[in-house]
Amino acid sequence: MDILVSNSTLLIGMAVVFGLFMAWGIGANDVANAMGTSVGSGALTFKQAVIIAGVFELAGAVLAGGGVTATIRKGIVDVSSLGETPELLVYGMLASLLAAGIWLLVATRMGWPVSTTHSIVGAIVGFGAVGIGMEAVQWGKVGTIALSWVTSPLMAGAIAFALFRSLQKLIIDTEDPLAMAKKYVPYYIFLVGFTMAMVTLLKGLSHVGVKLPFGENVMYAVMTGVVVALIGTVMIKRLKFTPKADKKFHYANMEKIFGVLMIFTAIAMAFAHGSNDVANAIGPVAAVVSIVGSAGEVAAKSATPIWILLLGGVGIVIGVATYGHKVIATVGSGISELTPSRGFAATLAAAATVVVASGTGLPISTTHTLVGAVIGVGLARGIGALNIGVIQTIFLSWIITLPAGAILSILFFFFFKGAFS
Amino acid sequence: MVRRSPISNMFAGSPVKPLQEHIGKVHECVKKLEPFFVAVVGKDYDQVAILEREIHRLEVEADNLKHELRLQLPNSLFMPMPRERILDIVTHQDQLANKVKDVSGVVHARKIQIPEEITELFLQFVRVNISASRQAKKVVNELDELVEVGFRGREVTSVEVMIDELDKIEYEADKLGQQINNALFVIEKSMDPVEVMFLYRVIQGVGDVADIAQRVGARLELLLAR
Repeated sequence: MDILVSNSTLLIGMAVVFGLFMAWGIGANDVANAMGTSVGSGALTFKQAVIIAGVFELAGAVLAGGGVTATIRKGIVDVSSLGETPELLVYGMLASLLAAGIWLLVATRMGWPVSTTHSIVGAIVGFGAVGIGMEAVQWGKVGTIALSWVTSPLMAGAIAFALFRSLQKLIIDTEDPLAMAKKYVPYYIFLVGFTMAMVTLLKGLSHVGVKLPFGENVMYAVMTGVVVALIGTVMIKRLKFTPKADKKFHYANMEKIFGVLMIFTAIAMAFAHGSNDVANAIGPVAAVVSIVGSAGEVAAKSATPIWILLLGGVGIVIGVATYGHKVIATVGSGISELTPSRGFAATLAAAATVVVASGTGLPISTTHTLVGAVIGVGLARGIGALNIGVIQTIFLSWIITLPAGAILSILFFFFFKGAFS
Repeated sequence: MVRRSPISNMFAGSPVKPLQEHIGKVHECVKKLEPFFVAVVGKDYDQVAILEREIHRLEVEADNLKHELRLQLPNSLFMPMPRERILDIVTHQDQLANKVKDVSGVVHARKIQIPEEITELFLQFVRVNISASRQAKKVVNELDELVEVGFRGREVTSVEVMIDELDKIEYEADKLGQQINNALFVIEKSMDPVEVMFLYRVIQGVGDVADIAQRVGARLELLLAR
């Protein structure tokens, strides 16, 4: 216990630096996958995507990032089992951050497919099971998380399929797709705003200490939906249509309207991504800060301080600004075959799934969820060709990343344990 | 240090654009038949030689596009249209250009002449065959729209109408071919037998253009039927 008091500045300092590094990595690499579909479908210029990512990743992290952060912080390793040795959790969390960060660095260098979420979860389970003891790991919760890695792509796929079929029915397969798009797209924009606001109000904000009665939640969500739908309607009104463009590709003008819709889905995606992935970086930081701050008192109740969420959000934004913008451009240019209507269906499905997971406190992979959503649109015969070889890389990232994160974090755990005692 | 993105890896390159580029090139080649035979009728042999070379060049270019398309269609692709069918379509498209190259090659090499009695009918026959190829190209150009609508609904109906139109053009070409054969039969006794034999062969070759175009359409129709 004295160790924690005498080294408090050093320990918190290390946690903040490691956490910032992870957040930077997420901003530099992972954001690109979330924004890629929007840039690729031509709905956003790459500059707009960077700005949207910057603003809404931060907003998602702060407003809705509390749930997953709480899971990473105290849901995987049972803090009450530590008793007299709370410093073990501090070492473990530091070790996990370092392990996940280094593993991501190495894997990226080598071009291996990895997931940030899987690295950090693997690392925490690793040090918990070996460093503290098998009984310290809440296996039930870990099982739920593992299950959510399977269900989230499936759920996103199902939603994307349904969304795309509804587009076909209401807009694409009609006498005048352009008119129908003008008519229905504002409703879809409402849906985007409403879903995002609803999940955030209901689940996200409670983790940062705001709790409203259900009726008020619904009211605010509807208001958000209406406001964004109105903004969208104005944007659609200001679009210029060129009948000539339809000669070459009959749906060129209709897709322009979906381009407006896609801006809102991109915002939702950035928000969702921020809300889920920020925890990978700052969940462990929050754990360290709460233990060291209370001088060893393992407080299981307290909410995550806003400044830590903010730290993660800012880290992600710095990642996007310094490095991520290049990756967004690269990924976006690889997806040029996606038209905004498909991009919308896939991205909204993924964003909704991720935001629900964030609200429930489940750390999932945004990228895998998006892959599931794109395949969902493909199943509706909406995409010219998909290389489903990527499914293999998803399995690989499960098989390789989890043990790698675990082994590294066990090594670092014993290193810290030895160094501090 | 860019991590490989599974998202962009997914979009493997749809065969639709390459298929359309290929038929575009093929039709460019088929179109040359008209100036080619106008030059033949006008006995402008310099022009015939130039056009024959031009046709040959276009056929080679179409061939290259065909190879590229085949190479970029790996097994792990998930597509709204079966891979085998796409490969089948490109093979047939390619036969259009091959046929045109063969016909123009023979005409040029043997300095074949079109008898005055059938000149007008023959040029008309050439034009109808070219329009069959044009119609096939039009149908293939609807493929991206079909992907856009997910192969269902109105767009499918409108493509079916276009394929019907292609069938009609082919039928018309058939009839014209028959008329030319009849007209040639009347005058063949007065001509050199070997030349007549090759003339029949040229008529047959030109008529094959519409046949193959129709086959391309039929294969596209199979994509719709699901």
